[in-house]
Amino acid sequence: MKLRTFKGLTIPLLSVAAGFLVGAIVMLLFGYNPLQNYANLFNGSFGDIYSIGETLRNMISLILTALGFAVASKAGFFNIGGPGQYLFGWFGGIVFALLFPHLPTFLLISGSLLMGAIFGGVWSMIAGVLRAYFGTSEVITTIMLNYISLYFVNYAVKAWLAKKGSDSSPNIVAKANLNTPFLKSITNNSTFNWGFFIALVVVIIVWLYFNKTRSGFEIRAVGLNEAASRYAGINVKKTIITAMLISGLLAGLGGAIDGLGNFQNISVSNNLPSVGFNGMAVALLAAENPIGIVFAALLFSALQIGGLSISVYSNTPSEIVDIVIAAIIFFVGIKYVFELILAKRRKKNNFSVKGVKSR
Amino acid sequence: MKKKVMAVIAATLALGTILVGCGSQASSQGTKHSAALVTDGGGIDDKSFNQSAWEGLESWGKSHDLKKGVNGYNYAQSSDDADFQPNINKLIKAKYATIFGIGYKLDNAISSAAKQNPKTNFAIIDSVVSGRKNVASVTFKTEQSSFLAGVAAAETTKTNKVGFVGGMQSDVIKTFEAGFKQGVKAVNPNIKVDVKYAGSFTKADVGQSLATAMFNNNEDVVYHAAGGTGAGVFTAAKNAAKSGKKVWVIGVDQDQKADGAYKGGNVTLASAVKKVGTAVKDLSNQAMKGKFPGGKTVTYDLKDNGVGLVNDNMSTKAWKAVQSYQQKIENGTIKVSPK
Repeated sequence: MKLRTFKGLTIPLLSVAAGFLVGAIVMLLFGYNPLQNYANLFNGSFGDIYSIGETLRNMISLILTALGFAVASKAGFFNIGGPGQYLFGWFGGIVFALLFPHLPTFLLISGSLLMGAIFGGVWSMIAGVLRAYFGTSEVITTIMLNYISLYFVNYAVKAWLAKKGSDSSPNIVAKANLNTPFLKSITNNSTFNWGFFIALVVVIIVWLYFNKTRSGFEIRAVGLNEAASRYAGINVKKTIITAMLISGLLAGLGGAIDGLGNFQNISVSNNLPSVGFNGMAVALLAAENPIGIVFAALLFSALQIGGLSISVYSNTPSEIVDIVIAAIIFFVGIKYVFELILAKRRKKNNFSVKGVKSR
Repeated sequence: MKKKVMAVIAATLALGTILVGCGSQASSQGTKHSAALVTDGGGIDDKSFNQSAWEGLESWGKSHDLKKGVNGYNYAQSSDDADFQPNINKLIKAKYATIFGIGYKLDNAISSAAKQNPKTNFAIIDSVVSGRKNVASVTFKTEQSSFLAGVAAAETTKTNKVGFVGGMQSDVIKTFEAGFKQGVKAVNPNIKVDVKYAGSFTKADVGQSLATAMFNNNEDVVYHAAGGTGAGVFTAAKNAAKSGKKVWVIGVDQDQKADGAYKGGNVTLASAVKKVGTAVKDLSNQAMKGKFPGGKTVTYDLKDNGVGLVNDNMSTKAWKAVQSYQQKIENGTIKVSPK
């Protein structure tokens, strides 16, 4: 057990270190100062209370979309629909808040978040149902559903929510805002909001779900071996749909929290929200462990928020951060190489120990 | 295990303290003015809207011997709408005195930042933020330049079919469409205008497929108002030209002659420029002199050269027609409606 936890940490940490190294090499090659830039990056993400607030806020949606991806992945599915489910959740949250502005604050906020989560969940469940009953690859369907959600939400915002000629919905009422004046005042007007604590609670719930509940166990069992699970009496179809539903609920919740806490409205968007894709990277880096996701999200969030500072304080283009992020993912992807190196070293050590004994 | 975790945490904290120590900090001193802009999603190299704003700021900075960076001029690029607010706030923290929001998508973020930072000058391009004394709103009468683009297209087309590729269906882009249609109609009401929207300012692939369909439909002049998506329109035109079709593109925002060049010719007929750079430069200069037009709306039109049509490869006849219409618009005989 001890060894396993250690190994579980080694590869992500090595990947992160290697990613930063690649970033530094690229900066050196192009004549930028990596130390100064990494210092600016660190300052930009943790240097003061405002930046910390932004970094933590940016974590919220990363955590939730990563959890969503992890749940589907545990069941053996590659849910690429995170961006679409997030967008639908954002849309659902804002629609609810705009429709019922007179509800008491608690009902208004919980209703909006629930609506967002359900929108995301139902959207993802479509892919789950198709997979369970028709064997359609969820990779294809979730990608297609992403585009449908982008264009549908754009249309809906334009046609139903936005004033004529405008590109975004009206703002929600102030009491639905998760970024309360109190949080604003202690974080120097950052967008840090209560969603952060909701996300942490959800992390614990998902952890408990996987490790302590029957349904969570079934999801893992189906992920490990679908045929064996069926033989053991698990309702595989139901499990597939449940996994995809939960996956979408989480991503949708992420969207609703961002809508209520960060944007306060929804606008026509150019592209699918990138957070959906970044969430996948976070989940991969954390090896789909809910607790690990929190730390991986912190790292990614710090890179993104701190990265905005790079071009402000130096001449280095902020795209360098994208290189670092991509390199980290790349190294996580080829973790096999690290495993090979580590295994070789261990073998060597064992061998020499044995050699001593035999003599 | 626990020990190791503690050690890692301790090391991270230690490293953090060192890094905080050596990070470069913004100093507020210095009598010179500083200005920065936040892009709306495209990069400062989008060959269009954001780029022309950045070039304006760059030339302003250089003409006043400023350096790129803190206490000089700079940009912050947004890759997502969620980046607007952090980007603006980072620039405020770095003590830039004037901050430009490039594009109507930033109006909410600029408005709330302006409320929290009453001492900083803000400017928003292509939108009007009202009720804030430290925000200057800049708008362009792009329907006028688009009208001239319509005249150029109508004078050039051989098939009596022309096309329009828009970015997103927003009020701003609708003024381009409206102006273009009126211009075409003024010359020849029988010419058909095919209007398509890509739904994005950053999808060159969509621009390319829309334009290819237009060229295949024998529309021989296409006007694009689509930012980065327009790059695809040029690609489509160059491909069509290489296979022997005579087609033209009318560029937007910047002089896009270079984008139309290919081995054996150039497909850029003209460019309906919108001098965002000039506006950025003007406002920066005014801010430096302490005359920032906060709370006001500044409008640029044909007359003051804030918008216009640049001749890239027009025939003499077409160019003459454009010039005569330009005079009529400037002296008010023709009124171009933005809708």
